[in-house]
Amino acid sequence: MADGSSKVPGTMLQRFRDGDLDAFEALFREHQRPVYGWILRIVRNTAAAEDLTVETFWRIYRAHDRFQPEYPFGPWARRIATRAALDWLRAQRPEVELTAEMAGTLPSASKGDPGIADEIRSKTALAFSRLPPSLRAAAILAVAEEQPHKDIAAALGITVGAVKLRVFRALRLLRKDLEKQGITP
Amino acid sequence: MNAHHENQIKQLLKQALPPVELNAEPERDLWPAVLRRLDEDATQRKAVSWIDWALLGGLAVFAVSFPATIPVFLYYL
Repeated sequence: MADGSSKVPGTMLQRFRDGDLDAFEALFREHQRPVYGWILRIVRNTAAAEDLTVETFWRIYRAHDRFQPEYPFGPWARRIATRAALDWLRAQRPEVELTAEMAGTLPSASKGDPGIADEIRSKTALAFSRLPPSLRAAAILAVAEEQPHKDIAAALGITVGAVKLRVFRALRLLRKDLEKQGITP
Repeated sequence: MNAHHENQIKQLLKQALPPVELNAEPERDLWPAVLRRLDEDATQRKAVSWIDWALLGGLAVFAVSFPATIPVFLYYL
């Protein structure tokens, strides 16, 4: 989904726009994995990511008549997925949802540096979970996931400059929180 | 916060929250759940809640009891 390209032909997109369920299933089959992966990056919780993928495609189908077939489906779906993920983050109690995933249940591409103590890692995760959801999403996608700023901007519906600002604010708040916890980066 | 501090925080964040595997995929087929959700939505849209029925009933009783008020209501609609 990164480039927004699609193997689904234009007529299929038009059929989806008209509310055709078969066309919607074809789009779902092609895009469920990237949508799930994108949501997982933001919420860091596999069960929630599955539920939110369902929620996202439900929202997508409800909005089928607003889809413009001349534009790619991927970025549109990612934007809806980002909104669903942010809604979920806002509904969570801070400091709860990240900790269980920190135990290593998340399918990560790399393991943490053994030179960094578990305590520092968990305090960083805790500080991160206290950030406002909009800052969390921007920071995790830009810093931890190293996604291109323009993709993040499109998904969040903001400018690249606003993404950079959110990341900066997130890092500054993170530093302050870590200092309060006795960690001076 | 200078660039050095910013980089250190970024490194800490990367260590605390390692990137998710590129090919991460759901453990189950989510299509049946999407269909279920769409069905539930369709059922909910068809269903009229009891409070709507109660309001409608109340309005009907009021209109029958005080028919002279109907033109007044219509005027303010």
